[in-house]
Amino acid sequence: MKKLQFIIVLVASLFVLNANAAVKINHWQTSAGSDVYFVENHDLPIIDMAVNFPAGSARDTVATSGVAGVTRYMMTLGAAGMSEEVITNKFADIGAISSGELDVDRAAFKLRTLTSESTKALETFNAILHKPDFPDSVLTREKVRIIAGINEAATMPESISSKAFMKALYGAHPYSLDESGEVDTITAMKRDDLIAFYNQYYSAKSAVIALIGDMTEAQARTIAETTSSGLPQGAAVTKIVEVTLPSAANNQSISHPATQAHILLGYPGIKRGDADYFPLYVGNYILGGGGFVSRLTEEVREKRGLVYSVYSYFMPMAELGPFQIGLQTKKDQAGEALKVVNETVAKYIQGGPTEKELKAAKDNIIGGFPMRIDSNGKILDYLSVIGFYKLPMTYLDDFNKSVAKVTTKQIKEAFQRRIKPENFVSVTVGAQ
Amino acid sequence: MITKKIKVLTFILSCFPAFAFAADIKEFSLKNGLKLIVQEDHRSPVVVSQVWYRAGSLDEVNGKTGVAHLLEHMMFKGTKKVPAGQFSRLIAAAGGKENAFTGNDYTCYFQQLEKSHLPLSFKLESDRMANLNITDEEFSKEIKVVMEERRWRTEDKPQSKVNEQFQATTYRAHPYARPVVGFMNDLENMTAADAREWYNNWYAPNNATIVVVGDVKAQDVYKLAAQYFGGIKPHALPERKPQVEPAQIGERRAVVKAPGKLPYLMMGFHAPTLLGLESTNATKTPEQEWEPYALEVLGGVLSGNDSARLNQKLVRETSIAVDVGAGFDATARGREALFELSGTPSEGKTVAELEAALITQIELIKTGGVTQQELDRVKAAVIATDVYQRDSMFYQGMQIGQLVTMGYDWHMLKTYPDKLKAITSEQVQAVAKKYLVKDNMTIATLDPQPIDPNAKPVGKPHVH
Repeated sequence: MKKLQFIIVLVASLFVLNANAAVKINHWQTSAGSDVYFVENHDLPIIDMAVNFPAGSARDTVATSGVAGVTRYMMTLGAAGMSEEVITNKFADIGAISSGELDVDRAAFKLRTLTSESTKALETFNAILHKPDFPDSVLTREKVRIIAGINEAATMPESISSKAFMKALYGAHPYSLDESGEVDTITAMKRDDLIAFYNQYYSAKSAVIALIGDMTEAQARTIAETTSSGLPQGAAVTKIVEVTLPSAANNQSISHPATQAHILLGYPGIKRGDADYFPLYVGNYILGGGGFVSRLTEEVREKRGLVYSVYSYFMPMAELGPFQIGLQTKKDQAGEALKVVNETVAKYIQGGPTEKELKAAKDNIIGGFPMRIDSNGKILDYLSVIGFYKLPMTYLDDFNKSVAKVTTKQIKEAFQRRIKPENFVSVTVGAQ
Repeated sequence: MITKKIKVLTFILSCFPAFAFAADIKEFSLKNGLKLIVQEDHRSPVVVSQVWYRAGSLDEVNGKTGVAHLLEHMMFKGTKKVPAGQFSRLIAAAGGKENAFTGNDYTCYFQQLEKSHLPLSFKLESDRMANLNITDEEFSKEIKVVMEERRWRTEDKPQSKVNEQFQATTYRAHPYARPVVGFMNDLENMTAADAREWYNNWYAPNNATIVVVGDVKAQDVYKLAAQYFGGIKPHALPERKPQVEPAQIGERRAVVKAPGKLPYLMMGFHAPTLLGLESTNATKTPEQEWEPYALEVLGGVLSGNDSARLNQKLVRETSIAVDVGAGFDATARGREALFELSGTPSEGKTVAELEAALITQIELIKTGGVTQQELDRVKAAVIATDVYQRDSMFYQGMQIGQLVTMGYDWHMLKTYPDKLKAITSEQVQAVAKKYLVKDNMTIATLDPQPIDPNAKPVGKPHVH
């Protein structure tokens, strides 16, 4: 199959609400200054919550690479005097699930609990957010595990290519940093580094709280107020610096004994709320985002059988996130596959899509809208994205209209203006 | 198209593998033998449609491994009415998502659509159930795609290679010994005729179950199914031999050498599956009723969450491992199951030390049983999972489709939580003593090799 995870990433990245959709979002601010996005839904006796902070790996530096990720993770391993064992058992005793995520922009903490157990679940969840202990003994142990993981990743073609690609694409910009950190930065990391990071980036003013499920608005307000008021009361976090576009092509080749070559190529793409968002999103569906029906899949897989998976995507971030094309193919045909990819991309950027292709793309994106919001879990993720990136509330209701308005001319112009194949970054791991 | 090795994937980060819920499920049969199961879920105006064929790698023969999965790919390559590639375009035009996956026990095709488009799904699925057109030209391209898939999934992933060896060492007679994606040599020698033979053998209404979950009315779906699938003629299916695995009479070991940094260990014990529709009061023993549930509880106690015994003792307290897990899947059409453990030793620790530590934890269960708190946590997970999974229509459909295709009564979804909750410490102890013994154990380990960038891939050159 196509890389489903990338398709899902894109779906989550553009939140959408149709004017007719029965999802009503309430938005307010807590007294400590956290933005809250709430959807009331009593169909199932469950509550989902996500608390998001501008504390992703772009807050690291070359010297502190990994601090953001370790801070987020270590918060769950000791809080308010409770050991990691006690914390996990408190959730397990009531069947609650606590999880988390980290990307370049954002650190997120998520909780899913039965309504009947929500008081207990929230008590433990808030302890993690409010009173992380960062126990030294746990940090020492986890550093060993993290370093083992980094060393292992350094042997795997997918990890090698992805790391080299981000480094080549972003250079000195913090988006180039590996979320996992580096062996020397993890080795040097101290408990005080985590405490300082927490105090700087986990402030109530920066927090965005998403809530959905079996509670009234009054209950949601109490939950959000409690969570927000216990967070550090520091200043809101500053913006991430702008991305500099590459001024020349950068092609890297890395040896590896694997049977396949792993190839990534691309260019800095778009921001959240970017003026070119819709033409590029719809346009990319046609080029390499639309699963079995994209041009890249048609040319590279369906017509020639060169790959199992080939895709392209835009990952909109706070600053220009990557536009990335990826494929894996048997080593001795890597050159042939790459040639087909380059020709397909060049032809598309030069000529744009056909009217027929655009109609098919719109039919799929607009017609598929109901599947984007068919579960509490999906809506929760969309609430987080809207809130975190401060997307306008009207944007949601207008989404399908915005897609419908896109023209072939806009797509062609947006790709020509934003995507420069002559300056592409490319990484091949396992070249022959 | 996905190859899902459910049996392997479910235990790594073992969240409790409960299935439960069973809200409002209705079952129908058409005259041609096609089964239809509908679960109404009116939370959103969408529908999930899944067609399950009782044909997976379990039904393959030596020399033709991977043909079930290859056929899954060919199912997107056209019929007389719907040429190659059009299936996907028609579903996409309706706003739908679609894909398919092949496992040991089944092949499943699915679409997720706005609810008014269910007829399109039925129209296209009924067409390719009976009228698939496998051309030599499409086959010759797609077999290359599948070989790339095998390279990506298995050849270049050391842990996947270990798993392939582990299955092959655990099973000597049973087809679960063979990889779903197929051996490379079999893929290289596969022909369009093999694919046609597979399709003609197994793709028939009397070998399929349709599962629909969503904002639909069960009776309407039944009428729709009769309209589209009712005219397809059933045919006799090849005989399925039982292929029972002979009892293991001594421990078995395999070692895999592959490029990497960290070693890896898999450990498995043969154990009984849940009884299916084939069992009768005359044939079944009292133990068969509860042992599989006790083994699932054991999996939860060892590895149900980060404070469960294995992670707490081996990762957190003694740092023998950087990663560890255990679990048991009690359902399989082949009526063969494994209690599995796996882990990665910490730097400076060996797989032998990890193996000893895992066995110590098993022995502790045998001698000391499990605590009431541990049992209560497993129960809490079962109760909560029962509710959480209702948030996903696709997952609900998966559970029904898997059970029916594996030859189980889907009504067991209703009794499953209570059966798990009834398990006692003594029963967990009893299954550990009975099945988790050395003579019944298979171990496969990864011996990581330094990466030599100039090394050629191991094995004979690939020839077209």
